[in-house]
Amino acid sequence: MTTWMLRRLIQAAFVMLVMTVIVFIGVNVIGDPVEILISPEADQAERARAVAALGLDKPLWEQYWRFLSGALQGDLGRSFVFNEPALKLIAQRMPATLELAITAVLLSVILGIPLGLYAGLRPNSIGGRAIMGASILGFSLPTFWVGLMLIMVFAVQLGWLPSTGRGPTRELFGVQWSFLTWDGLRHMAMPALNLALGNIALVLRLTRAGVRENLPMDYVKFARAKGISPNRVVFVHVLKNILIPIVTVVGLEIGGLIAFAVVTESVFAWPGMGKLIIDSINVLDRPVIVAYLMMIVLLFVVINLIVDLLYTVLDPRVRLETKE
Amino acid sequence: MVAGRHAPRGVQGVRMGIRHWGAALLAGAMAAWTPAGAQTLTLAVAAAPTSVDPHYHNLGPNNALAMHIFGALVDTDAAAKPRPGLALSWRAVDDTTWEFKLRPGVTFHDGAAFTAEDVAYTIARVPTVKNSPGSFLLFTRSITGVQVVDPLTVRMTTRGVTPLLPVDLTQVHILPKGLGAEPATEDFNALKHANGAGPFRITAWRASDRAELARNDAYWGPKPHWERVVYRMIPNDSARTSALLAGDVDLIEAVPTQDLVKLRTDKRVAMAEAVSLRVAYLMLDLSRKDGQPFVQGPNGETLTTNPFQDVRVRRALSLAINRQLIVDRVMEGAAVPTGQFLAPGSFSYVADLEPPKQDLVEARRLLAEAGYPNGFRITLHGPNDRYVNDEKIIQAVGQMWSRAGIQTKVEAITWPSFIGRASKQEFSAFFAAWGITSGEASNPLRAMVATFDAQKGTGSANRSRYSNAALDAVIDRASSITDDAARERALIEATRQAMADVALITLYQQKNIWGMKPNLRYVARADEATRAADVSVAP
Repeated sequence: MTTWMLRRLIQAAFVMLVMTVIVFIGVNVIGDPVEILISPEADQAERARAVAALGLDKPLWEQYWRFLSGALQGDLGRSFVFNEPALKLIAQRMPATLELAITAVLLSVILGIPLGLYAGLRPNSIGGRAIMGASILGFSLPTFWVGLMLIMVFAVQLGWLPSTGRGPTRELFGVQWSFLTWDGLRHMAMPALNLALGNIALVLRLTRAGVRENLPMDYVKFARAKGISPNRVVFVHVLKNILIPIVTVVGLEIGGLIAFAVVTESVFAWPGMGKLIIDSINVLDRPVIVAYLMMIVLLFVVINLIVDLLYTVLDPRVRLETKE
Repeated sequence: MVAGRHAPRGVQGVRMGIRHWGAALLAGAMAAWTPAGAQTLTLAVAAAPTSVDPHYHNLGPNNALAMHIFGALVDTDAAAKPRPGLALSWRAVDDTTWEFKLRPGVTFHDGAAFTAEDVAYTIARVPTVKNSPGSFLLFTRSITGVQVVDPLTVRMTTRGVTPLLPVDLTQVHILPKGLGAEPATEDFNALKHANGAGPFRITAWRASDRAELARNDAYWGPKPHWERVVYRMIPNDSARTSALLAGDVDLIEAVPTQDLVKLRTDKRVAMAEAVSLRVAYLMLDLSRKDGQPFVQGPNGETLTTNPFQDVRVRRALSLAINRQLIVDRVMEGAAVPTGQFLAPGSFSYVADLEPPKQDLVEARRLLAEAGYPNGFRITLHGPNDRYVNDEKIIQAVGQMWSRAGIQTKVEAITWPSFIGRASKQEFSAFFAAWGITSGEASNPLRAMVATFDAQKGTGSANRSRYSNAALDAVIDRASSITDDAARERALIEATRQAMADVALITLYQQKNIWGMKPNLRYVARADEATRAADVSVAP
């Protein structure tokens, strides 16, 4: 177990190192940040000053070396745009994205699993068919379009919900959250639903497939024959068996939701990390892009680790393997 | 009804928080909301300011926000002409000295009186800002000395004749000397140093999201109607329009052209528009003498000449364009066709220089005369995420050129990649736009028409590398005349020559369009700034 963990961590460090090289070279190829940041009317002397101020007059390897030695001391550089530490910028926007992503994941589990169970247990009922039909829409409609439609209907036409923005926040553990106030929840409703839609459909379909696959199996028949109540068969025996793929997918999706909620955050003007990264890419704010991607790599590594650990809890066979 | 929607905590709490916890807890302290009140204005801007520090990043959105909080010696009116700001009057004492008489009785937000010392402090502070990606040095570099004559008189000596110094100073916001040596940008963003003499105080700042402003009751000018302003940043076009239609915001800037037709007839929305200082243009590469990377002969053969070196070809390309059609169909009326840099009414506008009318016969004749009877093939480049309808504009131009016998392909690419390549002369022809912040012709002439010369600082945006020594001399002379009337005459002459030689092809001036609730009025501005103080309630 310890060697396994250690190996994973070394892999993670290597992945992050490779990531920095790729991003550094990649961003350098896209274009020149000074061209984008500087006022168009700046003359040549001012341009040269800005290049030097941002440290871009140095050769690429030297810039990279400086970054790397800074990173080892926990300093991922300062944003070209905001003149603040890149990590601080990301940390400022993280709560907004986290609460959105976690709400979306909760929605997809709370709605997806029961609906999937229903569709799996009653595949030929009208309800079951309707759920499956709707789920196709759930993952095939583009997020930005659904977002705009939600705004058109619930904000512009009906006026029930605010159209964009994060709304009021309240402090908890020194961080500002908007799920603690009613108005904050109203602001969160549409973006969270929009973000969750695809995942609800995904979880729903996975659950249904799992149920359909497991119901004819011997252990279900045996449990029934033993006289265990149908509820216990479904919610304890079957559910436990189908949870493995669902946990894997939900785990990966959490990462995806946190890292790439870009579209939803843009449409709803939600001040989260996704918006930060897309804005940073647009102006080639190199330190922020690099810091952000490194953090995302770390995030995925950690989530995968947690998912692997969850397997051992859920599936005794995995537990046995790791013991050996 | 113009009420804030959100009502929880008071602004007082924010300031307390910041005082106690400082910058470290900034993220935490910034989230208090504006109390509901009849005099709260919520507006949405299209581009986010990057800092509260008025000298950190020379960028339109930053300067627009700074206008609310700080204030410069010289202000500009809605038509972008200079008018008294913190200075009451100014005059050129001699060729290299300007004297400014300051407004008496002005105080900063902290109560300190505004004097000539603050002006000297500000000019000295500009070059000390660290890590600036776009410095305001651009506007103060010509100043060699600042002399405080008395508390309300300040003299500036300049390197060479600098007739535009008052115009340059419209961008330089005055800070109180009480901020001490080299105040840090981060401390402005933490609102510790955000102390100016503007109509509003800033009470909260959340980068890329919102700023909150409270009226400065001691302001020297007309008192703004709004006690509080929520200054939201919504760059996404459709999100901005929906926020207005849903009533979440009271006023938006940069109404997207695709919504114009709908909104103009919508009773829930009032509009205000003004012709802007942003001129859209095409540039043709003149850096090469032989051949072009994106131009081939009519049958795809390689050319050994650069057709654009011939003024007849440049003129033909200009005549092939139907500017009115582009304005009506692509821009939905949110622009005016032009054949020069500025719109009517501006300083140095050339009254008798009409926008060229489309004339395909003449265009073909000119091409044949220049030795291209069968035209040529060309790729026209442009950005696809920078200017209003940029991609559609190049498609329209491409079709018009094709009708004149020039087989045109268009290629739109993302701005970060586009601008770098354009600056390296990688394109044969490209579309872009230029915001004339000074509101007069010397700015585009020096930047885009004058020969590229790093020593002189001219031609910094002359990406076509057009070079005409005779015209350079006219531009140089025009930009060093102190007398306004004489300078305007010289600039008109220079503009006329540049357009006759088709140094670049100007297409149209964009319009700035604001949308707001029907009970509001806004004084539409030629610069793109949204000023909360200029928003009023209809009588």
